[in-house]
Amino acid sequence: MNSSIGVAARLVAVGKSYGGVMALDGVDLQLRSGQLLALLGSNGAGKSTAISLLLGLLRPDAGTVELFGQAPGRIQARRRIGVMLQHAELPPTLQVGELLRLTASYYPAPRSLIESAELAGVSDLLKRPYARLSGGQQRRVQFALALCGRPELLFLDEPTVGMDIQTRQRLWATIRQLIVEGCAVLLTTHYLEEAEALADRVCVMARGRVIHEGSVDEFRARVALKRIRCLTTLPLDTVRGWPEVSEVRQDKVRLHITVVEAEAVVRRLLETDPQLRELEVQRAGVAEAFTELTQDADEASNSAQREAA
Amino acid sequence: MEAMRSVTQSIPVIEMPRRRIIGAYLEEARSECLRYLRAPAFMRPMLLFSTVFYLMFGVVLNHGEASRYLLASYSAFGIIGPGLFGFGVSLAIERDGGLLTLKRALPMPPGAYLLGKMVMAMVAATIVTVLLLLIGVFLAHVVLSGGQMLALLLTGMFGVLPFCALGMFVGTLIKGQGAPGLLNLVYLPMAFLSGLWLPLSMLPHALQRLAPIWPSYHLNQLTQAAVGLNKGPLLGDVLVLIGFAVGFIWLAERRLRRHG
Repeated sequence: MNSSIGVAARLVAVGKSYGGVMALDGVDLQLRSGQLLALLGSNGAGKSTAISLLLGLLRPDAGTVELFGQAPGRIQARRRIGVMLQHAELPPTLQVGELLRLTASYYPAPRSLIESAELAGVSDLLKRPYARLSGGQQRRVQFALALCGRPELLFLDEPTVGMDIQTRQRLWATIRQLIVEGCAVLLTTHYLEEAEALADRVCVMARGRVIHEGSVDEFRARVALKRIRCLTTLPLDTVRGWPEVSEVRQDKVRLHITVVEAEAVVRRLLETDPQLRELEVQRAGVAEAFTELTQDADEASNSAQREAA
Repeated sequence: MEAMRSVTQSIPVIEMPRRRIIGAYLEEARSECLRYLRAPAFMRPMLLFSTVFYLMFGVVLNHGEASRYLLASYSAFGIIGPGLFGFGVSLAIERDGGLLTLKRALPMPPGAYLLGKMVMAMVAATIVTVLLLLIGVFLAHVVLSGGQMLALLLTGMFGVLPFCALGMFVGTLIKGQGAPGLLNLVYLPMAFLSGLWLPLSMLPHALQRLAPIWPSYHLNQLTQAAVGLNKGPLLGDVLVLIGFAVGFIWLAERRLRRHG
């Protein structure tokens, strides 16, 4: 895999600034066919800028942006992509079927209207005007529009915002199916469980830089934290005073302890409270990993310069 | 990984057949027309302004040759509306709502978006002209030959285009719901100052002399010619309108490319 075969999208040393603020600073990114890359980061981290560059909506100040080895502005490259943006008010008076028919007409070999509708779960909505749909239904229609052109690369910007759990899981299943068929997917999301459920690779951005790129497991492993949960009579403040403990909180019954070295704390817990029950030790999840990574990046950059809006 | 690689390699880069490209332009135009013809809030002001004025001033208050003159001037007034509002308001709203961004990311053929809106404005302008012709012939009893009616319809269909360009330019200046207000500030004074509401001869002399700077004045010359009241040469008016169209399209394109 040393050639560019199968590379759907690529950013190489890309820089982009708006009015003196660096939105992207030396970003490298690569996405291959059959792969889902989740782009994570807080607002203003540079995710939208990266996507806008790949869609040809912006031009980079420095570096190279490629879609299928071509400039993203070229229509030949864009005929191979499907797009679901975060905010797009589609024509309210057009019916779902009409929207699908229009979008499919842009592509050389689109899916049939029925196939697109079934994949996105909007078969029962085809005759409905777009404005009469609920927010979740509108997102599903936008997903149908993204996949109707039989794209080799799918851009999904916060796709499941406003969807209920069943709809979200159904969409996840469709995305997995598309990936198996060889489609590449670039996903941005605020739901870390979504990245965990779908992504082959995770790319975390902060302040215009990629601060982590790797598999989901590598991402979790980068964070050494463990979580201990137990039922105990020990007061919160006692545990907080222990040197190994980095964070403690209590819900209704359970004590939640975050630590770097779980073993020492577990030993001490058992010694001090013989009645302790329901002990659980877990490696921290994607959410904790993400928080810690971005906090580190924030601290590093705050010490270097004052925060730029 | 082997299987996935073979999948992508087995998909040849499909060139878009010419027939499908033309199809995309047609779909865009069709959707644009359907979309706005179904939006009464959008169509009503464009259709009502000129027809209600004409009913009042051309049927109830005036008769004979005055009705003929007013048929032409209210046609000009009615034709301008779909151009300014159909193009300007929809562009301003779609820039605001993110639809234009999505269209630019999608492989829509170049220009299909603007061509679609042009066709929509031409259809709307034709509907306005037909309504005014019906009122003129059946209620105001203006006698027109078949050729004159056809000339007025064609003037409406193509005369809307320079105002599409002006609407497009205004649509690039302002985003969202502020556009109708700004467009009315262009539309109504321009119509008045170029003699579309009252004949120019009833306006102060200074305003009469200024009238030819407005594109609407030249459109009125063409509609007056269509109903047989302007016997003068028309080439100058046509050229001025083409010049306006080209100039505003150039300005609007430049702003769209720079600011999106």
